[in-house]
Amino acid sequence: MPFISNTDKERKEMLKEIGVEKFEDLLSNIPKKFLLKEDCCLDEPYSELEITRKISELAAKNISTGCANSFLGGGIYDHFIPAAVDHIILRPEFHSAYTPYQAEVSQGTLQYIYEYQTMICELTGMEISNAGMYDGASAAAEAILMAVRKTKNFKAIIAGTINPNYLEVIKSYTEGVGIELITIPAKNGLVDLDALKEAIDDNTGCVLLQTPNFFGNIEDAFAIEEIVHSSKKALFITCVDPISLAVMNSPAEYNADIVVGEGQALGNAQNFGGPLFGFLASSIKLGRSMPGRIVGASLDADGKRAYCLTLQAREQHIRRAKATSNICSNEALCNLAATVYMTLMGKEGLKEVAVQSTTKAHYLADEINKLDGFSLTFNTAFFKEFAIKTPVPAEEIISRLKEKNIFPGIDLKQFGYDNMLLVAVTEKKRKCDLDELVNSLKKFSR
Amino acid sequence: MAKTIFEKHSEGRKGYTLPANDVKVTLNNCIPKKYCRKEEVKLPEVSELDMMHHFLELSQMNHCIEKGFYPLGSCTMKYNPKINETLVRNDGFNNLHPFQDEDTVQGALEILYELQKDLAEISGFSNVTLQPVAGAHGEFTGLKIMKAYHEHKGNSHKKKIILPDSAHGTNPASVTLVGYEMVEIKSNEKGLVDIEDLKAHVTDETAGFMLTNPNTLGLFESQVEKIAEIIHSVDGLMYMDGANFNAIMGLVKPGENGFDIMHFNLHKTFATPHGGGGPGAGPIGVREDLIKYLPAPLIAKKDDKYFLDYTHEKTSSGKVHSFFGNFAVNVKAYIYLKMLGPKGLRRVGENAVINANYIQKKLEKYYDIPFKDSFCMHEFVASGNWQKEKYGIKTLDIAKRILDKGFHAPTIYFPLIVQEAMMIEPTETESKETLDEFINAMIEIAKECEENPELLKNAPLNTPVKRVDDTLAVRQLNVKFEW
Ligand SMILES: Cc1ncc(COP(=O)(O)O)c(C=O)c1O
Repeated sequence: MPFISNTDKERKEMLKEIGVEKFEDLLSNIPKKFLLKEDCCLDEPYSELEITRKISELAAKNISTGCANSFLGGGIYDHFIPAAVDHIILRPEFHSAYTPYQAEVSQGTLQYIYEYQTMICELTGMEISNAGMYDGASAAAEAILMAVRKTKNFKAIIAGTINPNYLEVIKSYTEGVGIELITIPAKNGLVDLDALKEAIDDNTGCVLLQTPNFFGNIEDAFAIEEIVHSSKKALFITCVDPISLAVMNSPAEYNADIVVGEGQALGNAQNFGGPLFGFLASSIKLGRSMPGRIVGASLDADGKRAYCLTLQAREQHIRRAKATSNICSNEALCNLAATVYMTLMGKEGLKEVAVQSTTKAHYLADEINKLDGFSLTFNTAFFKEFAIKTPVPAEEIISRLKEKNIFPGIDLKQFGYDNMLLVAVTEKKRKCDLDELVNSLKKFSR
Repeated sequence: MAKTIFEKHSEGRKGYTLPANDVKVTLNNCIPKKYCRKEEVKLPEVSELDMMHHFLELSQMNHCIEKGFYPLGSCTMKYNPKINETLVRNDGFNNLHPFQDEDTVQGALEILYELQKDLAEISGFSNVTLQPVAGAHGEFTGLKIMKAYHEHKGNSHKKKIILPDSAHGTNPASVTLVGYEMVEIKSNEKGLVDIEDLKAHVTDETAGFMLTNPNTLGLFESQVEKIAEIIHSVDGLMYMDGANFNAIMGLVKPGENGFDIMHFNLHKTFATPHGGGGPGAGPIGVREDLIKYLPAPLIAKKDDKYFLDYTHEKTSSGKVHSFFGNFAVNVKAYIYLKMLGPKGLRRVGENAVINANYIQKKLEKYYDIPFKDSFCMHEFVASGNWQKEKYGIKTLDIAKRILDKGFHAPTIYFPLIVQEAMMIEPTETESKETLDEFINAMIEIAKECEENPELLKNAPLNTPVKRVDDTLAVRQLNVKFEW
């Protein structure tokens, strides 16, 4: 049998030691009628060679962005990943360990999480980071729960320019616990400040803003912060692209209270949308309301520096129904990939990634804007992603360019915007890739 | 202790290469000054080799399955086949974007479709969503489904979820997260749900019942049918926490004996590694009439074409993940299932149960095993009670001494209903020799308690660090490195 050490002979010996004749004798607690009479209806077992062949065949039915010229973003980005990242995350010591509950034999995991937390704090300017959430969407949702818990104000305001998938997840997380969600509409690709002013009051628990927002546009977090903090208790939550933080304001610069975001761009492959990981950081005074695991530095019995999980009294295994969250397993290995990635890139590398992504995106936007019938949807500053109006339905462009293995962007029709594409650019694009897209769009020009 | 990566920083070192920027646009022309970062981001600068040294040094301070036995109860620390990792790293999976056109991801959708189908088949449910990414995420999703069911039926008076006191902490926490109220009932002297106490707590307000089966004591809840009858009689739903599904794979289908909703932990049962805490996956199986409440999309097939099926979106209990869940984890589970086949699947459950009973039997003279009168399933719970009473040794001390012997410790102080609990789960992949070594070490430790209790109180002695002071870590909170 695959992956099972004991032979039939050993099994028999063990059953004898246990004091039974046959395996079935061990099942005395299971009502007889529950026991399956027949095998489950599954494929007969594949050998390693056979499954390798099958998987190759299945993978070959996909067209990967590695073989295409892809401009897809919307929360998942094709940034460069140094080869060494995978060599670290494949180390069994990291790969097949459990959550670091036994600190003395988990210092490796604990220390990298501590380093990860430090790096997230550096990027965001926050004072405390947890060890990660499921993804950017759940991190945003949990940040709202955290703010509501802290302020006891059950009204949460969300800038309508947030990734619509995140909004869906936020609804799922907040609707059961009596939170009133108010979504502020977008105006010219940015959140409508007047509507925000109108909506906010002293019963507001938090305002969640994504910047760069779903359309790639840079929101005026400074102006929004003033509005948010003009209310008595409201906390300012921002959802950010970690790559952007190498060149754009750290959320501390505009006084954010809680910062969340999707971490995939930091050293994790796109993987058809998962695994991802969410980061969540805040000012220290909110630390005890945080969801998820946190690693702290301490000392061992010899007085030497050592790490362990800390502030565990917030968590489900201690606090049960009163925990700050139900999260237990998170996406630790993805956080490791991010830690290794940030280590390798360092401050210069991360900046270079951000600069190249942005400048290339702007080059492409300008070129597309020159085409008849195409235009930039919004006349506002953006980071590495932008929306364009198309002369024909976006679906038609996507479908036609598919034949040439060009993925020109996300059709925004599914989110209520006709004839619009959302185009993302990373440092991986060469000028010739950008020009290829421009040239292929020409035939839709009018 | 290893230095932090920040202490290894050396200004100007580089661990990466990137091509030169070939467009002539400058950042100043893209991002208004107001939005440019004022203070440079501080990240360490090291070479690739510096980085490798650092993380290899860290790795050596971890225990892992390949290093030694990992009998961590409830966590199913089985060996994770390497072929999974090799195959999932195919460019045709790694570099797929979730917004790609369906025509370009047919292979990926086929895998997800097949996995939905196979998981439904082995659990006895009608369909499965692969969107939740962990067990707790699955619980949350399952309870949302329950809520949607009740709302749809106009059961607005349903507010309470009953669960036994042996439940994992995520169960009550998930109940709170969906806005239900938890009602905790007692376990009986056999370690099973106390039917009388259950009856006393079931009311018209009962929305459902959450049960782990086998439960966290490693015992099969033999009265599950009776429990289901009681819960269904008030139109409540039965949720199964499937964290312990490894015990009954191929032997029992929960969907056929009373359960309406169940989550799987792919990182446990389906060998998709724990990764130091994740990523895992927590798919949910449901009975036929609940499919319409599953998060959208499901993966469906029509005329040999696979597609993202949003048809039930209006009745769905809502999205729980940005996209389709942990795809790469799901691929590994798919490979694992295909390699097991129907007989292998059954073998997993059988050998997991044999291994656990073998250890239980061999340790019964040395440790208090409260429920040893019945055979256990894939795990059992021992107690350090005898050692505590006689020698003042806590289970924590025993656990730390186990580390000294080269094994990971069992799960301790859980379930809460057993004092000084040590929850031992060997899994099917471990050999008899490994079990014997562990058994001998446990017997040795029992002797040490008698002969040299100080040794245990100071344990561990052979680990990369000595016992870590976790109260100090709370008192003097230090959660990031200052440099
Ligand atoms: C019985 C039980 N239920 C639920 C969970 C939660 O699973 P996860 O950690 O994947 O969220 C666990 C895992 O520790 C468990 O043992």
